[in-house]
Amino acid sequence: MDETALEAIEIALLKTAIVERYGYDFSNYSPASFKRRVVAFARREGFKHIADLIPLLLHDKSFFRSLLFSISVTVTEMFRDPQVFRIVREKIIPVLKTYPSIRVWHVGCATGEEVYSTAILFAEEGLNDRLQIYATDINEESLEKAREGIYPVEQIKKYTANYQKAGGRRSFSDYYHARYDSVILHQELRKNIVFSSHNLVSDGSFGSMHLIFCRNVLIYFDETLQRRVLGLLHDSLVPNGFLCLGTRESLQYLEVKDCFRVIAEREKCFQLK
Amino acid sequence: MATAQPYKAVVIGGSAGGLEALFALLAELPADFPLGVVVVLHMHPQSDARELAATFRRRCRLVVTEALEKTPLLAGRVYLAPANYHLLVENDGRFALSVDPKVNYSRPSIDVLFESAADVWQASLIGVLLSGASRDGAAGLARIGALGGFTIVQDPETASSPIMPQSALALGPVDRVLAPTGIGRCLVDLAMALP
Repeated sequence: MDETALEAIEIALLKTAIVERYGYDFSNYSPASFKRRVVAFARREGFKHIADLIPLLLHDKSFFRSLLFSISVTVTEMFRDPQVFRIVREKIIPVLKTYPSIRVWHVGCATGEEVYSTAILFAEEGLNDRLQIYATDINEESLEKAREGIYPVEQIKKYTANYQKAGGRRSFSDYYHARYDSVILHQELRKNIVFSSHNLVSDGSFGSMHLIFCRNVLIYFDETLQRRVLGLLHDSLVPNGFLCLGTRESLQYLEVKDCFRVIAEREKCFQLK
Repeated sequence: MATAQPYKAVVIGGSAGGLEALFALLAELPADFPLGVVVVLHMHPQSDARELAATFRRRCRLVVTEALEKTPLLAGRVYLAPANYHLLVENDGRFALSVDPKVNYSRPSIDVLFESAADVWQASLIGVLLSGASRDGAAGLARIGALGGFTIVQDPETASSPIMPQSALALGPVDRVLAPTGIGRCLVDLAMALP
């Protein structure tokens, strides 16, 4: 049996071990990226074979948590894809301003950078007093980091440039203070945000939202799970609510696309009809 | 007796100097080239692969487009990896994207594509590494070779940045070292060879 066929068996056994032991079901994750992350984790931990991870993750919860972190973390940054935040500011917020209260859901919020970006955006548009952001992720460690709002100082230049391209009205430095090798976002940005865990495979609708960000989450799922998640997001939106996907994601091949109109094609912003 | 394998796909990686090499290479491919071609070119994270694809229109007989998530690789087409995403391939030949950390300081990374493609196509894969100023792709090309695929490196003498092809050669022998037009002609020979 060749190496790749063997690895396929090992991955299947790994997924079974995880779901049976901890209840996280990865069977509908996109296989190529899932495999890459597992292999990268195994290499970093010094394991030769994927199957060698199984005994340790069954018996050592903290080992499992570090595996979970590495298979669910995504790279993110403040005002990532600034043109998308500009579209939110220019096309979506004017509509949301007409509501007495505004609920925003960040799906798969990872370490929170885009959530705080949204908080800043809405604050600059004077909507703080009626805003509630729900930021969810499968990964408790990411959520912990997100709650802290502390980011590496090396990123500041990039974040500042992104903020400006997104149409920021002030100076980005108004929103943080620097200490040693970190920047700490101001406390008041957190007051409109609730971070909590949520599993897109198994959990239900989160409530009725005016704006949902689900960016670069669907790419990690197979078609079956993408359908489930998009159905969930559809059911979680108020009529005429907005959905923003990652810039290389699409509704195009899924039935749910007919329920949405396109607000911005390149930025992947949609509105429920 | 023909010993060539029936090939199913070509993966190409390049960085600085890679675009010119790619133009020259693709110019050699006929309109009925029977394999799909997947390309990772390192580019600025805010650039747009669709715009880059448009620059190929008059210089290549094949249709050049951006690789879209969950769409299948089709024969006779050239697919460019989108900026700021890693490009992978699923077992059924469909593209997958990821926003994982940079690999070899790059996203898209050539190693990521090459390793993923090697898993899927193994001995039916042709890998090509072009000009570039980093080591990205060297390990991936070696993996393609290790799983039985055909490996080609741009002749460092013809590369405006020889580091990338040289890094691949440092890891072991490859099947061919050629100038870009030679690479194109080699691909035609391999694609048209009878199994």
